[in-house]
Amino acid sequence: MSQPIDTSYLDLDTKDETFLDSTEMVLNMGPQHPSTHGVLRVILKLDGERVLGTECVIGYLHRGVEKIGENRTYTMFNPYVDRMDYVAAVSNGLGYCETVEKLLSAEAPPRAQYIRVIMTELCRISSHQVWLGTHALDIGAITPLFYAFRDREEILKIFEKYCGARLTTHAFRIGGCIYETYDGFEQDIRKFCAFFLPKLDEYEELLTTNRIWVTRTKGVGILNPEDCIALGVTGPVLRASGVKWDLRKAQPYECYKDFDFEIPTGVNGDTYDRYLVRIAEMRQSVRILQQAVEAIPAGPIMAKVPKVIKPPVGEVYHSIEAPKGELGYFIVSDGSTQPYRVRVRPPSFVNLQALDKMVRGLLVADVVAVIGTLDIVLGEVDR
Amino acid sequence: MPEENKGPDSVLPQPEGAKAPAEVPTLSKSPADSTAGADAVKAAPTAEAKPTEVAKSASPAKPVAPAAAAPKPPAAPAKPAGPVPEPWESELVTQLRRQYGSGIEEALRYLGQTYLIVDQSILPEILRRMHDDEGFDYCVDITAVHYPKREQQFDIVYVLYSFPKNERTRVKTKIKDGDHVTSAVAIWETANWLEREVFDMFGIVFDGHPGLKRILLPDEWKGHPLRKDYDILLQDREWVQINLGIESGQ
Repeated sequence: MSQPIDTSYLDLDTKDETFLDSTEMVLNMGPQHPSTHGVLRVILKLDGERVLGTECVIGYLHRGVEKIGENRTYTMFNPYVDRMDYVAAVSNGLGYCETVEKLLSAEAPPRAQYIRVIMTELCRISSHQVWLGTHALDIGAITPLFYAFRDREEILKIFEKYCGARLTTHAFRIGGCIYETYDGFEQDIRKFCAFFLPKLDEYEELLTTNRIWVTRTKGVGILNPEDCIALGVTGPVLRASGVKWDLRKAQPYECYKDFDFEIPTGVNGDTYDRYLVRIAEMRQSVRILQQAVEAIPAGPIMAKVPKVIKPPVGEVYHSIEAPKGELGYFIVSDGSTQPYRVRVRPPSFVNLQALDKMVRGLLVADVVAVIGTLDIVLGEVDR
Repeated sequence: MPEENKGPDSVLPQPEGAKAPAEVPTLSKSPADSTAGADAVKAAPTAEAKPTEVAKSASPAKPVAPAAAAPKPPAAPAKPAGPVPEPWESELVTQLRRQYGSGIEEALRYLGQTYLIVDQSILPEILRRMHDDEGFDYCVDITAVHYPKREQQFDIVYVLYSFPKNERTRVKTKIKDGDHVTSAVAIWETANWLEREVFDMFGIVFDGHPGLKRILLPDEWKGHPLRKDYDILLQDREWVQINLGIESGQ
C-alpha cells in the first residue's frame, strides 16, 4: 500500500504564473478523510496552498455489481442495485425496474406509476438532505446536518411504513410495485409536504445569506456549460451551470408528464449556485408530491409480467433522473433468466471526473467544498 | 383458484416451504440449467420430491401449485418473441451509407432505440462526425460486452445523446480480442474514465488515451473480471495475500 505515488499521468507542466516557483508538494487526501464522503482518495499536487492538479484514486468499495448482475436472475439482481447509491436507493431500483420492463415491453399500471413517482421524489428530497447536511458540515456549519437529518427521519418513516426498510428499500418490482399503499399513506405525504416547506425555509435562513457560507461557496469550483457537457456531467451540477436539462422533462418516464413542475437552473455554475439549485429542486419535488398524492388513480399495482422473467434477445439503454444525475442501465438479454450484461451508468462516477477541472487553482480547503458540492456516493462510484 | 395468478404476487403464498427453498438454489447454482427451460427442470424435481411430503402434512391444494406453475412458463418465451430489431431509416443513415458503404454494417431500431454497428476501421471517423456534425455532444456511456464464442469477441458500445435534438443513439463496433480501439478522449473528455473502466474490466486497449490504467481495481491486479471466462468466484489471490494479508485469498 505504500508504493510511491505515480503522478506522471497528471498534466502538471502548465504552472500557475501568479505564483513564484517553489517546491511542489504531493498531498494524499483520504481514503479515510471524513470530507471525502466514504473512501475517496485524492492525490493533490500543491504549490503552497494552491492545487496544481489532482488525481482521484477510487475503487475501494468495488464489489463487482455488474458481474454479480450477470450471475443472478433479473429478479434477484433487483435488491443489489439499492446498494449502489445507498442514499437514493429508491431511484436506483426505479431505473433498473424500468429498464427490464422496457426489455419486456411491459409498463407499470398507472397506480404503480404514481406510487413510484411519490417514492422517488421523497427519495430525491432525502438524498438532497444528506447532501446538504454533510456538505455544510464539511464547510464548517454543523447545525444544518442536524436539521437535515431530523427532517429526513420523516421520509424514512414513510419508507419504513411502506416497505419495511428505511435505507435499502427494494420498494419496486419489475412490472410495478409489490406493496399497496398503507392506510394513511396519502395523509402522511400531505403532512410531510406541509411540514417540510417551512423546514426548507429554515435551511435557507441558516445558509443562503450566511456570510461565511457565501464566501466559502461563491465562485468556488466553477464549471461552465461547455465543460459540463464535454465531461458528461449531469444532474444539479449541470443545471447549476445554466443548462436546463432534466430527464423528467426531456424524456419523461413514468407519469412525470402529468405534473406541473419547473427545472431550477443556476447562472454561474459555482458551488453556491449548485446549493441554490438543489434547494429549489426540493421545493419542486414537494410540488410534484402535492400533485401526485391528490391524483393517485385506483387500479392494479402490478403489470402482467411472467413469473419467471425472460426478456427476449436484445439490448436496451434506459436512464432516469436520479438525485445525482443521469442514472442509466444498459442491459443485454440473451433470452435467458439472467441478464447477459448489465452496465450501470452511474452519475457519481462521471461527475467525479470533473473534480480535477473544478479544483485547479483553488485552495485545499476548497477541494473539500467541491467534493461536497459534486454530491458523490462512493458506493455508486465504485459499484 | 390457480387461474387467478397475478404474477409475482401469487408466487409467495403458494410455496410456503414447498417450492421456495428448492427454487432458489437451482437458479443460483447453475446458470446453464436455468437458461434452457429452467422452469421445466425446476418444476419437475420439486414436483416429485416435495409434494408427497406436503400432501401428507398440509392441505390438498398444495400439489396443484407446482403443476400450475409448470404450464405457465411456456407462455413466457412465446410472448417475448414479439419485438425484433427493424431497420433504422433516416437521413443520417442514408448519408453515412453513401459515404462509408459497407463500413456501416447495420443500422437498427429496437424498442424505439436506434443503434449503428460500424466497422472498426471507420469508428473514429463516425464518432468524430457524430460529435461535430450531428450534434451528439454528450457521450453518455462507453462500455463493452464480451461474446467469447464469436470471432470478434467484443462489442464496444458508445451511448450518445444530443442536447440540441434531444435524441439518443448508440454506436457499436465489434473487435477481436487483442485489437486496439482509438480513444475518444479527444472528442469527449468524459471518455477518459469510461475508457479506463472498459480497459480495467475487459482489457481492451484504447490507443491515444492520455493515461490508460486501471481505475476500479488495484494497478497490480491480474485479469479482467467482466470477461465471460472470468468466474465470479475467481480473484487475484496472490494480490489479496500480499496486500491484504489474507492467507486463503478469500
